[in-house]
Amino acid sequence: MAVIVTRNLTKRFGNLTAVNKLNLEIEEGEIFGLLGPNGAGKTTTLSMLATLLPPSDGDAIVNGFDVRKHASQVRHSIGFVFQDPSSDDLLTGRENLYLHALMYGVNMRNVNEKMDSVLRLVDLLDKQHVRMKYYSGGMRRRLELARGLLHEPKILFLDEPTLGLDPQTREHLWSYIKKLSAEKKVTIIVTTHYMEEADLLCDRLAIIDHGRVVAMDTPARLKKQLGGDQVKLKIRKPNIAALRKLKYVKNIKRRGDMLTLTVNESALHLQEILKRVGPVESVESRSPTLNDVFLHYTGKEIRESGEEGGYFERMLHSGNR
Amino acid sequence: MGELNGLYALWYREFKVFLRERSRIISSLIQPIMWLVIFGTGLGASISLGGGLSGINYQAFIYPGILCMIVLFSSLFFGLYIIMDKRVDFLKEVLVAPLGRTTIFFGKVLGGATDGLIQVALLIALGAAFFSIPFTAYSLVMTIIVVMLLLISIVSLGLAIGALMSSPEGFGLITGFVIFPLFFLSGALFPTKSLPAWLGTFVALNPVSYAVDALRNVILGVSSTYGLAMDFAVLFGFALIMIIVGTWAFRRMKF
Repeated sequence: MAVIVTRNLTKRFGNLTAVNKLNLEIEEGEIFGLLGPNGAGKTTTLSMLATLLPPSDGDAIVNGFDVRKHASQVRHSIGFVFQDPSSDDLLTGRENLYLHALMYGVNMRNVNEKMDSVLRLVDLLDKQHVRMKYYSGGMRRRLELARGLLHEPKILFLDEPTLGLDPQTREHLWSYIKKLSAEKKVTIIVTTHYMEEADLLCDRLAIIDHGRVVAMDTPARLKKQLGGDQVKLKIRKPNIAALRKLKYVKNIKRRGDMLTLTVNESALHLQEILKRVGPVESVESRSPTLNDVFLHYTGKEIRESGEEGGYFERMLHSGNR
Repeated sequence: MGELNGLYALWYREFKVFLRERSRIISSLIQPIMWLVIFGTGLGASISLGGGLSGINYQAFIYPGILCMIVLFSSLFFGLYIIMDKRVDFLKEVLVAPLGRTTIFFGKVLGGATDGLIQVALLIALGAAFFSIPFTAYSLVMTIIVVMLLLISIVSLGLAIGALMSSPEGFGLITGFVIFPLFFLSGALFPTKSLPAWLGTFVALNPVSYAVDALRNVILGVSSTYGLAMDFAVLFGFALIMIIVGTWAFRRMKF
């Protein structure tokens, strides 16, 4: 069952079309990724789905409710973990959770058990009474994840959850996200511009560029659509005619003594290729990455630099409150 | 129930944060004390108040005005925190909550008014202890009513400015234009009875003048310029208008 459906969802800011006729169907229980460079329209899309911004055109149905007509029901169905810090530094982790519970209509009768349970999920029980200004970036994110779950939403939005975190903390956070997806059965929509994050975390993803979906599938199938693995051979006199006869060799490129083949399931066929192509000096086989997929669909590399301003820079500028 | 819990949540946050920022509480008291001690003593040594005010020293005379000053400064700058919240995503966390904008606004007003009331209470205690201000049960109750009305008005005004501005610099610019006329044209530092007509008009147009007038009457027993009934009517009206303006600003607030 689809929990989020958008039809031609569009957002314009003056002359700029940030989101352009977006069509998405997100299934219950999956981790769905919106992958794209900064400024591709990911955050704008989430803001519309969360009723923070009204769409200029098109429709969006979240958990069965129209974002235009039933904003309040939509808000009860969703949790949101924002890109920038959204908790109060002068309050403790637990106090921030308590505030959230009050604001999001959590049943206050068993609020303590609920707070304990989400704190346990993100391993922050021992830090719950520490003021958040003493939290590390990773801990803060974990607390905000826990907070997003406190009112038991059907859908959880994570906007660039690992922006500005070091690679180790990032992987750590992914494991928490996977855990809560498995334990709480919540549908998760995550935006990111990190390729490996999209690859490892998401069940399915949409590649977005200039406000449009350019490709949408599972990471494995997206990579498979490229036609196969990249096999690079260093060889003086290749027998190209013999390679052409092999069905699983999709593409052959020759530059000097470097031969690049696109091969379906190269692990199975490498032996055969090497037998036919002639004496080889070196060989390298690599599976395609999402980077290749992105390059294929958009004609450019994803920009890895955080132009929107890193999480920590913003935190520094924000002062104490 | 949901909206009520939300109201409590917003108040709870402001109150907790205020109590934890001890430096903010202390620094907010330093300025009024300097006015009372330095300005009050210094100027008081060289002037004597005439026209029914004889027998009141100048320090005691400006004390009600200084109470209004602490309300003005702390409450108007309370709106600045909205801009701080906007710079990170805290405001979004509040705005995505299933709460009406009006509820969010009133929660903030309650929080800001509570902060201001604590500062006023401290200044009342200081006034009674060190500046021989003769508070009675009647004057305390009346003072708190007047101060609450003014707090609600000025907090709402500060929140409205904060909701419409996106940078602290812009906020500072606007409040600078608002706060000094409101303070200096309120009669906080001088008697308003024998002013030149043009200045008297400005003072009469300033809602804060009515708070100063009422406080001077209930605390010091000085006869009221406008009449207590008029003072309260103006303060009620001012609070109501500012609440409407603030609610409107919150409804159209972007983030």
